[in-house]
Amino acid sequence: MEGAPTWLTSSLIYLGAAVLAVPIARLLGLGSVIGYLAAGIAIGPWGLALVTDAQAILGFAEFGVVLMLFLVGLELEPKRLWALRRPIFGWGSVQLAGSTLLLAAVGLAAGLDWRLALVAGLALAQSSTAIALSVLPERNLMPTTAGRSVVSVSLFQDIGGIVILALLPLLAVGTAAGSGGWQQGAKAVGMVLAIVLGGRLLLRPALRWIARSETPEIFTAASLLLVVATAALMQAVGLSMALGAFLAGVLLAESEYRRELETDIGPFKGLLLGLFFIAVGMSIDFAVVMKDPVLMAAVVLGFVLLKALLLLAMVRLMPIPRAEAPVFVVLLAQGGEFGFVVLQAATGASVIPGAPASFIVAAIAISMLMTPLLLVLADRFVAPRLASSGRVDGVDEIQDEQQAPVLILGFGRYGQIVGRLINASGLSATVLDHDAEAVNGLRRFGWPAFYGDATRLDLLRVAGAGEARVIVLAIDDVEQSLKAADIIREHFPQATLVARARNTTHWYGLHQRGVLHIERETLDAALMSGRTVLELMGTERHTARNLALRFRQHNIELLNQMAPHQGDEKQLISVAKQGRRELEELWQREREERREQRARRGDGFQAERPDAVPGADD
Amino acid sequence: MADILVIAAHPQLEHSRATRALMEAAAHLDPARVHVRDLYALYPDYFIDVATEQALLAQARLLVWLHPVHWYSMPPLLKLWLDEVFAFGWAYGPGGKALAGKDLWLAASTGGPDTSYRPDGYNRYFFDAFLHPYEQTAALCGMRWLPPLVQHGAHRASDALIESQAQLFSQRLQSWPRWPEIDAMERTSQCEVPADARPAESAT
Repeated sequence: MEGAPTWLTSSLIYLGAAVLAVPIARLLGLGSVIGYLAAGIAIGPWGLALVTDAQAILGFAEFGVVLMLFLVGLELEPKRLWALRRPIFGWGSVQLAGSTLLLAAVGLAAGLDWRLALVAGLALAQSSTAIALSVLPERNLMPTTAGRSVVSVSLFQDIGGIVILALLPLLAVGTAAGSGGWQQGAKAVGMVLAIVLGGRLLLRPALRWIARSETPEIFTAASLLLVVATAALMQAVGLSMALGAFLAGVLLAESEYRRELETDIGPFKGLLLGLFFIAVGMSIDFAVVMKDPVLMAAVVLGFVLLKALLLLAMVRLMPIPRAEAPVFVVLLAQGGEFGFVVLQAATGASVIPGAPASFIVAAIAISMLMTPLLLVLADRFVAPRLASSGRVDGVDEIQDEQQAPVLILGFGRYGQIVGRLINASGLSATVLDHDAEAVNGLRRFGWPAFYGDATRLDLLRVAGAGEARVIVLAIDDVEQSLKAADIIREHFPQATLVARARNTTHWYGLHQRGVLHIERETLDAALMSGRTVLELMGTERHTARNLALRFRQHNIELLNQMAPHQGDEKQLISVAKQGRRELEELWQREREERREQRARRGDGFQAERPDAVPGADD
Repeated sequence: MADILVIAAHPQLEHSRATRALMEAAAHLDPARVHVRDLYALYPDYFIDVATEQALLAQARLLVWLHPVHWYSMPPLLKLWLDEVFAFGWAYGPGGKALAGKDLWLAASTGGPDTSYRPDGYNRYFFDAFLHPYEQTAALCGMRWLPPLVQHGAHRASDALIESQAQLFSQRLQSWPRWPEIDAMERTSQCEVPADARPAESAT
């Protein structure tokens, strides 16, 4: 391919490899991470040798990890962190510290340098969040105790990983070399403070201003810019980019833009992480593996076994049902992508030499490749025995992770009334609205409101449409409302739709889409006004009520009758005419009946109710 | 159309034990024979579909009212149902023969124990005394008033007692009209309301 620029050729290779390998891996039930790793191995120097400079691409792909940490930060709402403090900090620290110490001790006993033993321990103690987060939803284990525990521990590993990354350079062999001493430290602290303060004061107004421009791609650009800028600032003072991104994420965790940011950054994170995994696959040094395959097997089995033993001990003390234990153990016993990052940083800061690092990278990658196989084995052999030995159901400890069972799309004049009624009755609802200012106002009153476009499938999913029992469709724009109804009917059939119709045409549109609970927004208010007019004109209040309710019922019946004829103008008009005639006839009949009754009263008979019938003592 | 029409009315079914148990027992029977209508669920806005109710009544041979006793009477929605569905000229009065010959059975529960429905109890009257309006309603429409099934002290009744009452209710519905006491009863004839029963008065 002479003449083609390098970036074009490499894009071709990377994208092609990913697009081929990932679907194949998923088809085999191995998950996308394995697919990326395999793609990397295939195109790397030990495979087809299409790419030889793995290091260069690794540097770029590291940005995927940065984005991932931004998203981790976004998830860490301080409130949620507090609710999950026990599983995260308690069990997380037991796992991370315990595994690190055990592994490092074994390393020391094997005669390794203490730095290498420690870094290897830290790297191997990590588990793959990416694999866990793709396996858990696939097996619908997210809401179980084991699923939540896996997520909690991974979360702690991520937080711990950031601390590790920050502290790693201190372990560097030539510590004295090139350090600017306290000046450097002060600069770093100052930058962190600046980011925290700036984030608190400036980020949200800036995002609001950008959101108001109502140009979705600019909001996406701003999200990326935000992460890149914080990363760049941190790197300028010699701190880790990942740490900066994480900080920015935490600062925005409570903002109304959280969901929108998540959705916008998500695909970039996914792609760059994929690239990262590909780069890792490419950088697995098979020369190292081949040189001593026995040692490699021993290390992989050894560290997985050691971690598994610790996890098994934890399971005994944690409230995890026994049947769920295998998943918990297998998902956390494997190595993880953060281990790559740790090793990368450690070699970068020349804490450890390159050769053992690539050996450990290979060990981690192999353990990750093993995970799907281990899960299949656990399913086949361990789980059935545990399940039959008396299953104890997990106790719901953490309510916080579950989504509200009611989701309100559109929180303008209409959705607001629905939401306030629900809220006043003690139920909670998640709100999604595209008006940044309204959302902002809502949040000031403590509502779980988010900014975003309700016709985007990904955003709906993040807002919890998959778990919602009821979705209130209160969007004022007819087209958007119908589009959202289509998406929800197709992708979230478990949710019942309660819809607002702007007018009759909109009503028909929703009706055709199978929406059962539709209210025309003007009907009831207009009927109330009609009642008032009747009252002012001398109709008894209760009679006016009955007339209005009867009109309402008749009107709705008519609408339902006409629905099948939608599109057939002539039929429609005839049905409408007939309906109007029916209502008129009904009222006419009632008027006559009343007249008759009055006439009978003239005969000396007055009885609408038995109490007016003469009793024996009358 | 069902032979037996059970009109159930409880304004707070979520707090009910007795009424709910009886409703569920009836709902388990053959729906082609026993039709249970939960009034408060059907008409939460107190807007009764009179035509439908009358059509169902016309088909039925036994009407059952199932309700808790509130203020010595029926819950308000059932009273409204009675007011609107048992219409003049349909259920009673000139031409009002739609219900004549049918049976009316009450299944009620009270909060107070049976000892309170005595001259020395806090309700001062035997429970039968509060049922005169029901009996007369039946008589005016030419319906046969069957001996009611009453559960006193429903708040404190044990689960077992509630359950056995529900069983009894279910058995009685299934065995109707082959009840031993029915054979001993006379056919009630409808009370005719004379056309000149009341002197003419101004229409208001």
